[in-house]
Amino acid sequence: MIELASITKTYRSRQGDPIHAIEDVSLAIKEKEFVSLVGPSGCGKSTLLKLVAGLVTPTRGVVRIRGTEVREPFPDVGIVFQSAVLLPWRTVLDNVLFSIEMLGLRADSHRDRALSLIELAGLAGFERKYPWELSGGMQQRVAICRALVHDPSILLMDEPFGALDAMTREEMGLELLRLWEERRKTILFVTHSIPEAILLSDRVVVMTPRPGRLARVLDVQLPRPRTVEMEFDARFKDHSDEIRRLIFARRQEPAHARRA
Amino acid sequence: MLAALERRLRPVLLPTGVLLGTLVVWEIAWRIFNVPRFVVPLPSGILAETWAWRGYLLTHSWVTLYETLAGFALSIAVGTPLAVMLVYSPVLRSALYPLLVVTQAVPKVAIAPVLLLLLGAGEVSKVVIAFLVAFFPIVVNTATGLAATPPELLDLSRSYRASRLKTFIKVRFPMALPFFFSGLKVAVTLSVIGAVVGEFVGSDKGLGYVIVSATSYWKSNLAFAAMLLLSVMAVGLFGLVELVERLVCPWYALAREQQEVVEELSVKDLEKIRAAAG
Repeated sequence: MIELASITKTYRSRQGDPIHAIEDVSLAIKEKEFVSLVGPSGCGKSTLLKLVAGLVTPTRGVVRIRGTEVREPFPDVGIVFQSAVLLPWRTVLDNVLFSIEMLGLRADSHRDRALSLIELAGLAGFERKYPWELSGGMQQRVAICRALVHDPSILLMDEPFGALDAMTREEMGLELLRLWEERRKTILFVTHSIPEAILLSDRVVVMTPRPGRLARVLDVQLPRPRTVEMEFDARFKDHSDEIRRLIFARRQEPAHARRA
Repeated sequence: MLAALERRLRPVLLPTGVLLGTLVVWEIAWRIFNVPRFVVPLPSGILAETWAWRGYLLTHSWVTLYETLAGFALSIAVGTPLAVMLVYSPVLRSALYPLLVVTQAVPKVAIAPVLLLLLGAGEVSKVVIAFLVAFFPIVVNTATGLAATPPELLDLSRSYRASRLKTFIKVRFPMALPFFFSGLKVAVTLSVIGAVVGEFVGSDKGLGYVIVSATSYWKSNLAFAAMLLLSVMAVGLFGLVELVERLVCPWYALAREQQEVVEELSVKDLEKIRAAAG
């Protein structure tokens, strides 16, 4: 469904030097698949997400969605960021309906859909509350509802639980899976947390530090529905050992070798 | 109950108390040391003079208020669109911003006589001076606010293919409102100063003129009365802007209050609350 064909993205720094964010990345993601991107900071994970959204155009290579080349932003995607970035003057319901308004659709015809999503996200009774009255985890739930209200087929999540405390984070991950079971989407999920990536995804894409390349694409061998107990599963440990090896192997190389 | 009332009134009662205390000390000290009244008058004398000259002072207050508000309105009308242009156009920003800073570096008091020469000694020159001192904080604050829009929200709007105008109306401008209002609060008090500076340089109306003419006749009571009215005007206008801010973006004040740390309770207070709750 999503196809990245030998994508390279190079930025120019203020001094005029090229910065290779991503180099020669090819990846195909199937319909309704849950794929995580893990890798050290600055490996171009977020850039990859923006490329899929059409917010950034590749220097080389092509992004295709269902066979059509992506050249500009398109509305069939929902985006969730690390911070909820809700509008403080809007209630929970109106924040969710923000997507509808910005898309130029009629808010009142999507109200029921928004309300049922809010309920599904465990926020029933909070429709009229303002963002500052909610905890960080609840704000992020609102942001997820906002990304889903126009029923996009692709959900892009850029470290969506990165700003939450560890306990809320685990809970939110499982909630997201529950939501995903109900409303199947193709999810591209950027995270720093290896356990989170394994627990949630069908496949985990491990990236190398700058320039970001694919180190390995890993099929997660755990059955669905996933539970927290699976973290004690031998396969879980194998996966996480392998991902750690891939990420830390490069770090242990001497600095001069890496630069070469 | 009484404690709660006291907590709410404290921000008003404390400064009022300090002010009244200062006035009392002033009055007593002046009487004891017999300071010449024409140099610095007594608070009681100022109040009596304000009352005696109330009609005269009110007429001139009205002129200064009018000049201030006209200059302030002009600074909003020019400053806000200018801020928008500076944020949206990098070319305009690099072309105009240094010049704006230069206009602010020139002391307004220095160009006031020139402006009076150009625009005459009437109200127009005062309005222009008030505008010149007030518009800069509006431009800077509004531009800062517009530039501070979280990039995620801009990406989000772009992914919905919303137009720049729609993004401005629904996201950027409301996000910048708290910045805009802090610019207005600085600007409104500066407008008062601008109008009075203009009146100092040359006029036959306004509280600035009252101060100049009263001091030249050693009527310091009257000069102080005019100063009193100027302060009341500036504080009143500031309060008015703050009130409008609360009406326009209540979420900002509410979110801020939510974050305020509640004061610590002593064991004694806790026991009192428990006893009251039964």
